[in-house]
Amino acid sequence: MADFTSSFWSWFIIIPTVAGIIGCFMLIRWLSTDISPDEEGKEMDHVWDEDLVELNNPLPRWWLNMFYITLFFSIGYLVLYPGLGSFAGMLEWTSTGQYEREMDKADGLYGPLFEKYRDMDIVAVADDEQARSMGERLFVNYCATCHGSDARGARGFPNLRDNDWLYGGDPAHIEQTILDGRNGVMPAWEAALGGTAGVADMTEYVFSLSGRNVDNAAALRGKEKYAQLCVACHGMDGTGNQALGAPNLTDNIWLYGGTSERVMESIARGRIGKMPPHRDFLGEDKSHLLAAYVYSLQTGQAMEE
Amino acid sequence: MADQQTYNYTVVRQFSIMTVIWGIVGMAVGVLIAAQLAWPVLNFDIAWLTFGRLRPLHTNAVIFAFGGCALFATSYYVVQRTCHVRLAFGPLAAFTFWGWQLIILLAAISLPLGFTQGKEYAELVWPIDVLIALVWVSYAVVFFGTIMKRRVRHIYVANWFFGAFILTVAILHIFNSAAVPVSMMHSYSAYAGVQDAMIQWWYGHNAVGFFLTAGFLGMMYYFVPKQAGRPVYSYRLSVVHFWALIFTYIWAGPHHLHYTALPDWAQSLGMIMSLILLAPSWGGMINGIMTLSGAWEKLRTDPVLRLLVVSISFYGMSTFEGPMMAIKTVNALSHYTDWTIGHVHSGALGWVALISMGSLYYLVPRLFGRELYSLKLVEVHFWTATIGIVLYIASMWVAGIMQGLMWRATNADGTLTYSFVESVQAMHPYYIVRFLGGGFFLFGTLVMAWNLWKTIKGAEPAVGAIPEPAAAH
Repeated sequence: MADFTSSFWSWFIIIPTVAGIIGCFMLIRWLSTDISPDEEGKEMDHVWDEDLVELNNPLPRWWLNMFYITLFFSIGYLVLYPGLGSFAGMLEWTSTGQYEREMDKADGLYGPLFEKYRDMDIVAVADDEQARSMGERLFVNYCATCHGSDARGARGFPNLRDNDWLYGGDPAHIEQTILDGRNGVMPAWEAALGGTAGVADMTEYVFSLSGRNVDNAAALRGKEKYAQLCVACHGMDGTGNQALGAPNLTDNIWLYGGTSERVMESIARGRIGKMPPHRDFLGEDKSHLLAAYVYSLQTGQAMEE
Repeated sequence: MADQQTYNYTVVRQFSIMTVIWGIVGMAVGVLIAAQLAWPVLNFDIAWLTFGRLRPLHTNAVIFAFGGCALFATSYYVVQRTCHVRLAFGPLAAFTFWGWQLIILLAAISLPLGFTQGKEYAELVWPIDVLIALVWVSYAVVFFGTIMKRRVRHIYVANWFFGAFILTVAILHIFNSAAVPVSMMHSYSAYAGVQDAMIQWWYGHNAVGFFLTAGFLGMMYYFVPKQAGRPVYSYRLSVVHFWALIFTYIWAGPHHLHYTALPDWAQSLGMIMSLILLAPSWGGMINGIMTLSGAWEKLRTDPVLRLLVVSISFYGMSTFEGPMMAIKTVNALSHYTDWTIGHVHSGALGWVALISMGSLYYLVPRLFGRELYSLKLVEVHFWTATIGIVLYIASMWVAGIMQGLMWRATNADGTLTYSFVESVQAMHPYYIVRFLGGGFFLFGTLVMAWNLWKTIKGAEPAVGAIPEPAAAH
């Protein structure tokens, strides 16, 4: 058994365990001997602090029985289950085995329910009311932690109902996002922009892209740098690039917050966005249903609460 | 050198008074964070007022400040009186008092500021850990030094428990806090991964077993027979349950790590040793309660004795609940739920706090040579505390079992019926009841503080002359 690097450590566990249980037996056997009738209930021969004395009373029978029962139960348990060092127990039970059995059972029971949508087109699945509610339950369990139970996201976690997609909102892209995850990287530009002043100029320019009121002189200075440093991902017109996950800067939707403080932070220090992959965790069938549910959010088919 | 004909009551008085003060502080923080769980707005968006910072402050304050001071006070009192000698090493005893208060103060500052090792009940950063080790070793020297110069041959049973508690806590603290410091306020644990978790819960469960159980059993074995004026029920029972208890407790830690990365064999051992622990624990309960046989009628007239006896009952209840919760199938439901919180509080409020308070009612008047100011107020304290405990643990039972059931409920397609946040939402009414329970309990503590204050106000410190040991009869 891999838990023990040598049989020494196995015996290191077995010996004190067995000795301890035997010790408990001996202790209660030793002290449950009869007390002669003229001594029972009488005071013992020591006195402390003027009046503290102890009586010579036997161990209560029911209590002794309870002690014996727990000891015998424990011996039985250690014969059947792992506990005594590397001895696996007669049932050969393991927690990993129990987990696998339960998962196999669940897969056998529930797998077909999800499997039946596997070959259906996501748009068609999104039209299926039962599939959608199964997708919603999956979403609430697995996605709501970050995206919220209403799918409206939180700072750093995209809103899935606003029709603004970082990596594309068509069924195939949504499914790919769920299955394989996404890693969004916005590099830190503070040094390249020449410090805080440069970052502030750039912020003004970025705000101007979505039509916000800005300091024109600063925005103009920002625009020059934008053409050198930002176009590659966000594009000349600032509409972004879904192939790279580069956000559209013109729609006034801000994943990390739209205050100038937040946007400056995004530009100066960069951002790392991570959508974890779910292929191994949930499997393709469940991811397919989830993709359909998320897709249905933008087409307005999901039942609004 | 102080007079060797008298007991050292100074350090006992100091610790007794601080027990009351830290009790109020720790419980008040507990009530605040209970309110925050019901109404999160009460953290006022101030970092050091948030639950994550104040929760360790609450646990450290009630366990180590309130409980710790109570244990110091009572063990110093009991060991002197049952050994018929003045406490050994007077200046060292004074050091344990001032050192312990300094540690509490440092904890009260560093925890809200967010400094933590991230180990439950061992959050304090390494320089404070070093100080704890120093004070604790001094405590052991004072305690065992007193035992060694005792004038009676037999060591009284209360001292066995105090001694086991002092020794084991020293070992637990030193091993679990072993760390590699990287700066004044930061260190890395000496253990990694599942070993770290196992060491932590070996420590964590024995903080319960030795700090909160063995130590307070020591208290029980002195103050219950004294207050009842009756002999300890069974010497044999005390021998059996002492040895069985200290042997078995030390194994029980793994039940905190059921169904985790901890190897199966360790989980099994944690579970069976927790089950075996039931009888040794109940041995203490039987011995405490049966000590009253022949004096049951005193329960009607003596609220202090009632406080002590109810605390033993709660001890029996929690030590039944504990082994049940350690069974893997029960634990699969109860783990990570508020049931655990309820279980801890039936032990902490019901057993630890009540036995300490009963002992204080016995102790404080004797330390100041006065009668207790008001038995009526003890009565008020008794009832508010009991109602508070019942509200607390009943609401947490319901909340915990409900959480456990909600988390495992599944739909026909195998998905979970409830999202996590729905289980949080469902807790709201129970969190309010828990807050009320805590409030009741805190109110009772304030009544006690008032009562004790009126008792000692203007009183001269009492001097305890050491009587000759009684001749064996």
